[in-house]
Amino acid sequence: MSTHSVPAVPEPKRRPRPLPVFQKGARQALGNSQLRRNLYKATHTIRNKRAAVVGEVPDWQELREAGRAIKERTLRHLDTYLLQLEASVQRAGGHVHWARDAEEANAIITQIVADHDAHEVIKVKSLTTDEIRLNDALAAHGIEAIETDLAELIIQLAGERSSHILVPAIHKNRSEIRELFLHELIEHDLVPGPRALLGTEVDELSDEPRALTAVARAYLRSKFLSAKVAISGANFAVAESGTVCVVESEGNGRMCVTLPPVLVSVMGLEKVIPTWQDLEVFLQLLPRSSTGERMNPYTSLWTGVSQGDGPQEFHLVLLDNGRTQVLADTVGRQALNCIRCSACLNICPVYERTGGHAYASVYPGPIGAILTPQLLGIENASTLPYASSLCGACYEVCPVKINIPEVLIYLRGRVVQEKQESLPGRLSPENMAMKLMARVFADQMQYEEAQQLARLGQLPFVHRGAITSLPGPLGGWTALRDLAPVPLQSFRGWWRARQAAQQKSEPPAQKEQL
Amino acid sequence: MRVSLFITCFNDTLFPGVGIATVQLLERLGHTVEFPEAQTCCGQMHFNTGYQREALPLIRRFVQIFGDAEVVVAPSASCVGMVRDLYARAAEWFDDQQLAADVAALAPRVYELTEFLVYKLGLEDVGAYYPHRVTYHPTCHSLRVLHVGDAPVRLLRAVHGIDFVELPEALECCGFGGTFAIKNADTSMAMLSDKLRHVLDTRAEVCVAADSSCLMHIGGALHRQRAGVRTVHIAEILASTEERSAR
Repeated sequence: MSTHSVPAVPEPKRRPRPLPVFQKGARQALGNSQLRRNLYKATHTIRNKRAAVVGEVPDWQELREAGRAIKERTLRHLDTYLLQLEASVQRAGGHVHWARDAEEANAIITQIVADHDAHEVIKVKSLTTDEIRLNDALAAHGIEAIETDLAELIIQLAGERSSHILVPAIHKNRSEIRELFLHELIEHDLVPGPRALLGTEVDELSDEPRALTAVARAYLRSKFLSAKVAISGANFAVAESGTVCVVESEGNGRMCVTLPPVLVSVMGLEKVIPTWQDLEVFLQLLPRSSTGERMNPYTSLWTGVSQGDGPQEFHLVLLDNGRTQVLADTVGRQALNCIRCSACLNICPVYERTGGHAYASVYPGPIGAILTPQLLGIENASTLPYASSLCGACYEVCPVKINIPEVLIYLRGRVVQEKQESLPGRLSPENMAMKLMARVFADQMQYEEAQQLARLGQLPFVHRGAITSLPGPLGGWTALRDLAPVPLQSFRGWWRARQAAQQKSEPPAQKEQL
Repeated sequence: MRVSLFITCFNDTLFPGVGIATVQLLERLGHTVEFPEAQTCCGQMHFNTGYQREALPLIRRFVQIFGDAEVVVAPSASCVGMVRDLYARAAEWFDDQQLAADVAALAPRVYELTEFLVYKLGLEDVGAYYPHRVTYHPTCHSLRVLHVGDAPVRLLRAVHGIDFVELPEALECCGFGGTFAIKNADTSMAMLSDKLRHVLDTRAEVCVAADSSCLMHIGGALHRQRAGVRTVHIAEILASTEERSAR
């Protein structure tokens, strides 16, 4: 446990509140043609790159299986590995803190920053700190958090939320980013010597990626050099050695974890892996699955503190925040295998069209649809397990073989069970219809009668040989699609007629009783 | 071979022609077709929508009805996927070991029509004749649950008179997804719009697939748009001959 005292003004207790329904956010996103184009282009580019570099690994399926097996074994003995990790980090001169929930984690981190009198911290992309809304908690104590991952910086400047695990600004194109840099950084004079650095007039800033990164670089470098405290996430933490690993593309993470004198790393409990050798598997799986690269440009690994080199104070915050609850569920727990590669987002036909904001969670896409309801409680995200056509593409690309469709179906079961516990839920049209149909399907006679009834019941809706409009929730179907009417003769009707005709034409003696 | 036909409630009620074609095709190839009349629904809609307790009796029922079959063949990849992939999950989640054993014994004998023809019977040319321009939409469950691979395409390419044309971005879901099309109608429509665009780009007059449900989805929109493209189940094309030609 932390020896630090908790700040006097604790965060207001944050109980999970129900997320907005997926359909609402989706509807809004679907209508935005610029967003649709940005998403299509980005997801298809990454998707194709991934397919190309995965295709060149002959033992990819074996690697996936190894990744899955390591994660499963680790989760089965999570307590052991976490305690081992704690001991290893402490042995290497680091401090380890255990945080039950977001509130505890934020209090711990705020205290560390306050202990160093820092009013500004730099951060490198950490989904986990987004999950606990660390930036808001720091701001409440007068501490400004500056995101240094380029995409995170873009999101922060725009005052938006991330819409993708790996490419948080996937919903923005470069001309939108140019506008943002111009108005939020350059016009506020936050970029040291833009003219000298860029070799161009400010208003001539082009939307070339090179020009845009030059602006971000100039801004961020001043921060890297002045910040006293850095906060990072963690991709992996090795129990046997106490080594923490961050994988990134830009090098800004490397700056964060090496330049400031104090480093705080926040990681979910499930990120621990047993041995150094296990990294071999994940460092192959992750870059190919996420950015579609054979190897990512920067892999930073550090073990506690080293005198005279890098940060002289290191804190590791181990966050539960609902994870042990997920672990207790034998079907749902495979969601904790996730290494946050985002391959499932990039391949998902739903994500490709709605983008990440519709999921209203830091974890969007297929993995978010199974992780968010489990972390927040199924009752708080009950539309997410349905935000999938169960096409199975996510499972196929998952580098640690999380059977996302299976977990989606399982969680739908929990949504229905929860609904059936209340009277309004039991009386809902969907529940009544499903119950009725289950009874009908369980009995051949009732089933055949229902076929008859459907032929009659549809009559008011059939116009010129097609059903073009249906009432209630079924109207979603006929908004875009006609429906062919139920034919007069079912297959079984045809079969019986044929059997009867055959029996008539064959004398009984020729039948199979011979 | 004695083939037990699992027609699926969907084809039985809405697309009887698919069942008739399946019977004609299998009999033409010299097999005996049986139709256990007690069969109703495999429980997929209930199971996948979250009504798993309600699906369980349907699952037990199916296993009982088809338990003794030599082989079970269905003209529907998603219903076969339900039996082969999710029945075991149902047994596991409800901790029913008897059901688990029964499913393990039955599931390997349950085939989707095209995989039965190509992988079990070793056929490609089934003697079909179909003089139309055709494109093929590989349904998600045929690809990613059953892994039928290119079996349907091999069968189609061997059809006499056919003008087969590849569908661009074929592997993408059409947006049906069972109750997804109702519950997430907007997103489903966005997915469907892209699928339609690709179908129309092929200039095919017929869009074919191994699942009537996905075809109903694609076909329903083509009909609404007066697009001049019809949807036909692969069984109907394979059953079509010069003597008895399907449209």
